[in-house]
Amino acid sequence: MDYFDRFAVPHPSPAIYASMVAIGLTMIAVVAGITYFKKWGYLWREWLTTVDHKRIGIMYILAALLMLFRGGVDALMMRAQTAIPDNGLLDGQHYNEVFTTHGVVMILFMAMPFIIGLMNIVTPLQIGARDVAFPRLNAVSFWLFFMGAMLFNISFVVGGSPDAGWTSYFPLASNDFSESVGSNYYAIAIQIAGIGTLLTGINFIVTILKMRAPGMNLMKMPMFTWSILITNFIIVFAFPVLTVALALMTMDRLFGTQFFTMANGGSDMLWANLFWVWGHPEVYIVILPAFGIYSEIISTFARRNLYGYNSMVISMVAISTLSFIVWAHHFYTMGHGAMVNGIFSITTMAIAVPTGVKIFNWLFTLWKGKIVFTVPMLYSLAFIPIFTLGGVTGVMLAMASADYQYHNTMFLVAHFHYVLIPGTVFAVLAGFTYWWPKMFGFMLSEKIGKWSFWFITIGFNVTFFPMFITGLDGQARRMYTYSESTGYGPLNMLSFVGAIGLAIGFALIVYNIYWSTRYASRNISNDPWDARSLEWATHTPIPEYNFAIVPTVDSTEAFWDAKKKALNYLAVK
Amino acid sequence: MKELFPRGQVMGFAFSLVLTLVALSVIMFDLSLKMAMIILLVTAFMQAALQLVMFMHAGESEDKASIYTNVYYGLFVALVTIFGTMLTMIWGYQ
Ligand code: HEM
Ligand SMILES: [Cu+2]
Repeated sequence: MDYFDRFAVPHPSPAIYASMVAIGLTMIAVVAGITYFKKWGYLWREWLTTVDHKRIGIMYILAALLMLFRGGVDALMMRAQTAIPDNGLLDGQHYNEVFTTHGVVMILFMAMPFIIGLMNIVTPLQIGARDVAFPRLNAVSFWLFFMGAMLFNISFVVGGSPDAGWTSYFPLASNDFSESVGSNYYAIAIQIAGIGTLLTGINFIVTILKMRAPGMNLMKMPMFTWSILITNFIIVFAFPVLTVALALMTMDRLFGTQFFTMANGGSDMLWANLFWVWGHPEVYIVILPAFGIYSEIISTFARRNLYGYNSMVISMVAISTLSFIVWAHHFYTMGHGAMVNGIFSITTMAIAVPTGVKIFNWLFTLWKGKIVFTVPMLYSLAFIPIFTLGGVTGVMLAMASADYQYHNTMFLVAHFHYVLIPGTVFAVLAGFTYWWPKMFGFMLSEKIGKWSFWFITIGFNVTFFPMFITGLDGQARRMYTYSESTGYGPLNMLSFVGAIGLAIGFALIVYNIYWSTRYASRNISNDPWDARSLEWATHTPIPEYNFAIVPTVDSTEAFWDAKKKALNYLAVK
Repeated sequence: MKELFPRGQVMGFAFSLVLTLVALSVIMFDLSLKMAMIILLVTAFMQAALQLVMFMHAGESEDKASIYTNVYYGLFVALVTIFGTMLTMIWGYQ
């Protein structure tokens, strides 16, 4: 292929040309709007160059929400295409590009920044710090992530998106089989964002280890902060593997090296191996903060302190080490012997133990609690049974010999959506609703929030439960169509209907933000949920320096205990 | 004068040079791949430990415990990654 040919959209269609025009027009409209309202100076001073952890956090979340919608449109297209047999809405190439970008966008540019955004806003407040350890580095992290995400997104209209799956397996992702620049976007955009994440990891480990308020020793940290500390350890030790693998991939694709080729001593399977050495810890990177968020919310709205603090911490530490020794469960069928598969089956099943301990701790926290059914609490309560189903199917997949039956079927797809959506997505939505008043000084409407909760929860189950069944019946993942005789049609149609329910739920969240911004009361206290940890001890809006007087802490629920003892943390008015 | 002379550091420096020379021997002599890899791995880990303790002063500050926890955890992950990969890709491969 000629050099410039590789940048042409390899597989154009009216939809792609229409998006090109739409992207162009949106960009012109944004620039014109900012100029018209004379907001450039404000934007530049207050946001683009900010090093304040709270603002950086908000920018992360804004970007994550945008990416949620980008990835969501991908998802709707996939469900629409497979809703009926022999559908011609998307052809094979488009379908490949769509599921690839859906996966990458959702994991790396939605889940990760959403979590990093929440941890930026909340962690320093929870530990009574005035900012993170390295505020400028924090801004660098954000901009690396943002540029990586944008670079990845333009692939759609410049050169074509990557089409080898979010796992980008070789030899499919090699120059021989993926000629256009699509997979180069994968290698380079994820690299840029990944380095940002790595820096975040270092930044938050140092922040949490060095900047806690006096009296807050490790075993007095709120559970969310604990989960963030452990997550960042996993980030720091897992991401370098991705960095190296992507660098090798880039060299293979751009400079003709042979790391992952099938000839000349290369090994295509080495890519799969390295990808999952990072990839499995990655799924725990996106789930542990969710566990932290649920721990905060459940104890706040059950009006009880968290059951089994120590066992919660121990299970998270156990998960953090176990998450590094299970990765081969993603490729049991690649051809290694029974010994390897046996070892990895056992380690994988072992990870269900600490996870189960946490589930029981939440249940015991709820036991005899005075439960208040707020929106964040509803997400947390729905999480427990749905996630358990995801965990149980995970253990089914963990049995290597059984996995030969349903590996890479829709059963697997159902498994990981059953853990990722009630796990990560519900958690970030719950956390976002929970911490919203601290960020913006008003509450989101509970009524609209409950509507979106029900649409999302029911929509989710209607979308993904049928996949367990079609998967066991043999429907493979990533197939852009199937014939009527397979009988997959009706359940796939049901999935599509569920996906529409999900879409309505997410649209309602946006409407909720709009509605509450316009109409919600601004007259709320600093602690509207009657919560427990230090982020609620400071003023709303939060002053730039967070705490006028750094609080002294002597329990795991510092703020709650202070309230009970009628101490005032806000000595300065 | 004696107190001012950084004996430990100088010895550490000399030792790190020795480790470098030993590692270099891998290309000087005609060793088997296995032997060469063992020499490289052992000297690399010793070199890293030496640099960390001697010249980056790990263990000399109050937060010694958290620094060493980090190092051990990193070591665990590195070893698991390397030997796990050897296991899945070579030793345990049919
Ligand atoms: C009880 C704990 C869990 C167990 C035993 C488990 C087990 C497994 C196994 C064996 C596979 C590979 C199956 C195959 O390819 O045939 C898998 C795939 C996957 N799991 Fe889990 N899992 C668990 C929890 C989680 C959690 C908490 C997450 C994320 C939040 C997650 C996300 C994923 C993803 C994203 C994939 C597949 C990715 C792909 O191939 O594209 N899992 N899981
Ligand atoms: Cu895994």
